[in-house]
Amino acid sequence: MSNVFSEARRIARESRNYEPLTALMPYARFIGVKLLEVDGQTRALLPYRPSLIGNAQMPALHGGVTAAFMENAALMQLLLQLDETRVPKSIDFAIDYLKPGRPEELYADCRISRLGQRVAHVSISCWQRSPDQVIALARGHFLLTSTE
Amino acid sequence: MSLSPHHKALIERFMHVVPHVNELGMSIVDLRAESIHIRLPYREEWLGDVVHGLIHPGIITTLVDSGSGLAVLARLENPEPIATLDLRMDYQRPALKDLGLDCRAEAYRVTPHIVFVRASVWQTDESKPVALSQSAFMRSSTSKKRVI
Repeated sequence: MSNVFSEARRIARESRNYEPLTALMPYARFIGVKLLEVDGQTRALLPYRPSLIGNAQMPALHGGVTAAFMENAALMQLLLQLDETRVPKSIDFAIDYLKPGRPEELYADCRISRLGQRVAHVSISCWQRSPDQVIALARGHFLLTSTE
Repeated sequence: MSLSPHHKALIERFMHVVPHVNELGMSIVDLRAESIHIRLPYREEWLGDVVHGLIHPGIITTLVDSGSGLAVLARLENPEPIATLDLRMDYQRPALKDLGLDCRAEAYRVTPHIVFVRASVWQTDESKPVALSQSAFMRSSTSKKRVI
């Protein structure tokens, strides 16, 4: 059966056009998430804008934005890599902040560390300037629905 | 509520000085040393799945991160810089469209260096939370840089 998520994934895989996918996830579009393909891997990018600041004195990005961006990257990774027919449901999500986020663009790389019948475990690394300048590490469990 | 100058300044800063809090339209419902209550009105932009009408977990994390930080500041007697060390979200049930989100956070343990916080998020009934959270914050005032 054709499904809007399957269709959005097909377009993303075939033409690297992620618009139909983000259209199904308005919050991803609201914060301004972009997806890139680097060495066959999907990488999430969040361009900087002043309204993402959480601490005006430092200034630093809002910690919630960093977390939300990373969790969204994990969800999009699952949608692109698996054959889910809806957005997987978050079970839990834990983030460790290593450095404040500079007022610059953010990148996130995700790895599906375990894929079970019902649950996926995803590890996410968030960095700025270079992949070895990690500002936050996170992991989450997500409930898959393709088996429903 | 009768507010101390510290709490008055906190409310003023939260509502008007934090750019991302401003952009989202969060407001403070109640603020005390023991706990805080903040609210995020519903917007279609918060959705993470338009097909099923579910709010994105990322915006819930942003609300919790904001509320938990505010709870720490409200609990401390004097203004001081704080930094989130880690934050964990446990999603209890889906957050539904057309309903706003309420967050209550409590800084339940304060040590010279660390503050521990728990928080909950609900939509219509506080006894049926959509998410529970636990986080740890570092206080900066007492820190001495360690030379390594």
